[in-house]
Amino acid sequence: MSEIATALGGARSDGLCTVCEVPPLGMIQIRADLGATAVRDAVAEGAGVAVPDVLRATTEQGRTLCWFSPDEVLLILPRGEAPSALSALAEAMEGHHHLAADVSDMRAVLRVEGRAVRDVLAKLTPADMAPGAFPPGSVRRTRLGQIAAAVRMVEDETVEILCFRSVARYAFDLMTEAAREGGAVGYFDREA
Amino acid sequence: MLILTCPYCGVAADETELAPGGEAHLTREGPGSDDDAFAGYLFHRENPKGVHFERWRHAMGCGKWFHAARCTVTLEVFGTYAAQVTEPPRAIRDAVSARRPGWRWRDLT
Amino acid sequence: MSIRLNSGGRRIDRDRVLRYRFNGRDMAGFAGDTLASALLGAGQTLMGRSFKYHRPRGVVASGPEEPNALMGVGEGARFEPNQRAPATPLHEGLVAVSQNHWPSLERDVGAVNTALARFLPAGFYYKTFTWPRAFWKHVYEPFIRRSAGLGRPPEEADADRYEHFNIRTDVVVIGGGIAGLTAARLAAEAGLEVLLIEQDTIWGGRAPVDGVEIDGNPAQAWVDDTVAALAAMPNVRLRLGTMAAGIYDHGYLLAYERVADRPDSSGAPRHRLWRVRARRIVTATGAIERPLSFACNDVPGVMLAGAVRDYLVDYGVSPGDRTVIVTNNDDAYRTAIALHRAGLSVPAIVDARPEIAGALPEEARQLGLTILPGTGIAKVKGGRQVTGVALCQQGGDGAVTQEIACDAVAMSGGWSPVVHLWSHCGGKLIWDAEQAHFRPDPDRAPTGADGRGFVVTAGAASGALRADAALSDAAAAADRVLTALDQTAGDASPPRADVPSEAPLAPVWMMPQRAGADLRAKMWLDFQNDVKVSDVRLAAQEGFTSVEHAKRYTTLGMATDQGKLSNINGLAVLADARGDAIPQVGTTTFRPPYVPISMGSIAGEARGDLFQPIRRTPLHDWHEGQGARWEPVGQWRRPYTYLREGEGVKDAVNREILNTRSNVGLLDASTLGKIVVKGPDAGRFLDMLYTNMMSTLKVGRCRYGLMCSENGFLMDDGVVARLSEDTFLCHTTTGGADRIHAHMEEWLQTEWWTWKVWIANLTEHYAQIAVVGPKARTLLERLGGMDLSRDALPFMGWADGTLGGLPVRVYRISFSGELSYEIAVPAGQGRALWDRLLSEGADLGVMPYGTEALHVMRAEKGFIMIGDETDGTVIPQDLGLDWAISKKKDDYLGKRAQARPHMTDPDRWTLVGLETESGAVLPEGAYAVAEGTNANGQRRTQGRVTSTYYSPTLDRGIAMGLVWRGPERLGEVLTFPKVDGTPVRARIVSPVFYDPKGEKQDV
Repeated sequence: MSEIATALGGARSDGLCTVCEVPPLGMIQIRADLGATAVRDAVAEGAGVAVPDVLRATTEQGRTLCWFSPDEVLLILPRGEAPSALSALAEAMEGHHHLAADVSDMRAVLRVEGRAVRDVLAKLTPADMAPGAFPPGSVRRTRLGQIAAAVRMVEDETVEILCFRSVARYAFDLMTEAAREGGAVGYFDREA
Repeated sequence: MLILTCPYCGVAADETELAPGGEAHLTREGPGSDDDAFAGYLFHRENPKGVHFERWRHAMGCGKWFHAARCTVTLEVFGTYAAQVTEPPRAIRDAVSARRPGWRWRDLT
Repeated sequence: MSIRLNSGGRRIDRDRVLRYRFNGRDMAGFAGDTLASALLGAGQTLMGRSFKYHRPRGVVASGPEEPNALMGVGEGARFEPNQRAPATPLHEGLVAVSQNHWPSLERDVGAVNTALARFLPAGFYYKTFTWPRAFWKHVYEPFIRRSAGLGRPPEEADADRYEHFNIRTDVVVIGGGIAGLTAARLAAEAGLEVLLIEQDTIWGGRAPVDGVEIDGNPAQAWVDDTVAALAAMPNVRLRLGTMAAGIYDHGYLLAYERVADRPDSSGAPRHRLWRVRARRIVTATGAIERPLSFACNDVPGVMLAGAVRDYLVDYGVSPGDRTVIVTNNDDAYRTAIALHRAGLSVPAIVDARPEIAGALPEEARQLGLTILPGTGIAKVKGGRQVTGVALCQQGGDGAVTQEIACDAVAMSGGWSPVVHLWSHCGGKLIWDAEQAHFRPDPDRAPTGADGRGFVVTAGAASGALRADAALSDAAAAADRVLTALDQTAGDASPPRADVPSEAPLAPVWMMPQRAGADLRAKMWLDFQNDVKVSDVRLAAQEGFTSVEHAKRYTTLGMATDQGKLSNINGLAVLADARGDAIPQVGTTTFRPPYVPISMGSIAGEARGDLFQPIRRTPLHDWHEGQGARWEPVGQWRRPYTYLREGEGVKDAVNREILNTRSNVGLLDASTLGKIVVKGPDAGRFLDMLYTNMMSTLKVGRCRYGLMCSENGFLMDDGVVARLSEDTFLCHTTTGGADRIHAHMEEWLQTEWWTWKVWIANLTEHYAQIAVVGPKARTLLERLGGMDLSRDALPFMGWADGTLGGLPVRVYRISFSGELSYEIAVPAGQGRALWDRLLSEGADLGVMPYGTEALHVMRAEKGFIMIGDETDGTVIPQDLGLDWAISKKKDDYLGKRAQARPHMTDPDRWTLVGLETESGAVLPEGAYAVAEGTNANGQRRTQGRVTSTYYSPTLDRGIAMGLVWRGPERLGEVLTFPKVDGTPVRARIVSPVFYDPKGEKQDV
């Protein structure tokens, strides 16, 4: 197997926050009726992670399941585990109407870290970045500048942004610009 | 720049996260329908000054289509509800009636 | 002449001198100055020329409402026209130029218009420039163009950066005067999230200037304490230099923060546009003083009384040595008293009211100031500077009773609440006869999503002009907000102000009351647009009696200041001319922004590389490195062709085509949409979406399909592969992927929601590479891993496997007519596959080709292209695609529409091929003409070109087109006039120019 290329080759920038593209991950898109308990249980069993509540992500043993819609979750896991996870899902979901697809190469993931991360994101998205509205463990699919993206609050000062691979460069440049020195807003990060 | 709450994910979505879909609760007319019915389905739309039912999609979000009942004059939103219905549910109709006494479903003038 | 006094000026720091340039001259001011105060302090009263008559103008106001003192500020890439001098903080090195004059501010040729003023009344343009028609092009238009516009546009690209900032909060309080501070404090004490913004660079508003005492302390001390208390609260955010530009639906507020207006190296954005969603908005925007309409009220040196007070107290600047006060209210006496106490001369207080009884006039009297009751100004004397005033009886016709020498006039016609923000989103106004102004009607506030008012006014913005009333109004406003948001009040008690009582004003809309035409023609209402009392009366006389009509006819309030000073005065004059009361006339519509904001702030970060997202395929960098000419397809960039050293674009395209047809070509097809449709009802669902029958497709096979809208028109096409019994993969066009995915979701979610179908848009998971040409199989076999023989993978089949160790799915489909494989590989390995194909195929002549070669080759085969052969009015039947329309299905999207009489009309234009007699290439979009003319006298047409190319394969021009009854007319010759009128003759032929039997693709 040849090496997996990410969209930006691990690009990184430093400013009010650091922005960097993370190395290749495994990702599996799962569509199923998550409102049905049996389906939910089957997804959890196949994915190896509890199904998150609305607008949340759950993480267990290196795997994260992100809520995307009432009938869609995204499983993020180490790259090498994707094929076996797909099989496990197929087995667990047997008999349940569902769709599970390997989408490991479909998106780019940008990790944005720093005290100003909420201020920086609020320059680009209409989603409420207030700590009360978007605590760690939250996931929001929203608009970032002119593209659709999913924003996951990993920890207090760490966010992961998932966007489509084709616009990874735009997303990276966008975050870099928003995090440029001199642009501190000091709204959420009042020490700035 | 409206804010509408997506009934699926509960997000109070900014209008820039939404895509509009026009009038709600149209009945599809397929092969076999007469010309008037088909033209009505395809082209004729209500344009009320007041209570209106619209389709919206939480496009930059959970991706779900939903319905909104709102007043085109005051911009009051009486409620948002799932798209998988052919007419506004009772709770929405009651919410409209409470704010617009005398209002009746499909009496859109 | 205006001067800087030796003392005073609470906002300036006399120890810090700032150097700046004005009209090329070196000047000096103090830290804390505005450009206007610095210029006044330097004796520069003349600051600009008016728009129409080029009259000399000085500064009138002390805030952003200023109509006259507009400057071009900055240089080169940082130049900005029409900046208001009183709202422009001075900084070291600032460069400003005055506007609208030539050759200089002092000697301006355009001022001849003043002499012609009598011939340039309202509606002058409409009346004068109508006839003769022939004059338009060479006389009128050049004249209007030269006179139009104010200020000079910047000529260089903006050197600064800008950004947006999105937040949601409970309450935004607009205005950091004592009312705003009070409302913010009470809301914050109750626990609400509060954002308090102030357009000025300091807190406190007018109260410190007016000498108000709050809770027994000077206003400034109370302001300092309150700001400190607010700053310490975790639920409060404070922003100075931030102007609320507009209020919109559902609590949406735009605020304009001037972060770094002076160029510096910090990297800070120049402006930040706040996009705030607030549950409630408090507008504590204060009030603006009205000018009085007396003759020559525009001469430099005539200023608003409040502004005179501001310059004196804030900046230690006096507009003149001898200042006459003219007023209809008590407030202006504060200016008289302040000037007197500063040791300046106030020769007279001219008061239009016959009876004068308030506490402030009494104080003035005790200071020995002369008060002239029942008096008005008949005329201001002086040209570029006030030299005196001629007085008269206010009730009379302007007969001069006495003249007073002076070099400044401070006028006050009363104060109007700043209602703009309240009105932006539909808040209604009521007329307050006692204070002679419109104020917000709290019962008719703009409504939000909950159906209740979401804007509350506080203080002078409500019409509560005096400090004591403003504070209690602010407390009431906070109460209303707390009630609306179900919040309990905190412990803080509302402050109280101590101010002298004031007697009521007397409305004065014209001075003197019975002024004749001569005087009225010199009374300015709108200083910036040169609209006078006489113009508004003329508009009314000529029938423009609606306030909106009168505004447009006279241009009253249409300048960059949007009539902040002129609005009410203009309405009053119009009402008088109509014989109506002011409330019957109403106001014009207030629209955002409150003060102009920079274009850069609106664009935010969306400029340069971030102007819009560019979508890149996994092979983008390779293309870029190989001289790709880009073709934008939606937001994608696809290589149009790959230019070699010294090669022209046409040569490159021809080379790519000929090589692909004779050897093997590679196309980056990654942009094609790839949507997986899965479930027990997937076949049924696709049968509804496509005109073809997809449910009968066998696993392992591909089928070309068409999608129509419910209106019957062809919207997308592509190849569908059946992956398993319940799973299909649908290819869409490059531009169609997102749209078709959304289209599928829409029908599933809103019409057929009981059907068991899931879809996923996997477009970007794959790189897709088309390997095309007679040597395609040879090349792929060299990579190894799959049997790609005709038997193992026949035409229109697909197979999963590996090639060169890479996981792939191979589709044997062709859009060129050649032996062709489209290979999907995970995007992260796309480049690896591409590189392998190039290296393994070097001796086979492998060569990438771009979209133009793709287009030409598909046209040679007569394949349609969505967007070329379709334009939203074309149905599949028009394109001879009946074979792809199932006759067995009861229904599919578009079927009913295609049964309408005009869709089945045999006279529709239908797809054919076109071959010029000369072999030349037909012009794009050319129309075939027919005999006769239509009802509009235009030549009839009978067809049009949809695609036209030079075919290197056939060495001649080929084209496709839609022609009236086309397929019935094979062999006929049509005439297509070119743009220059010369005809091109082309024969109707089959659209398939190359390999009509399809033998090459099926080998």
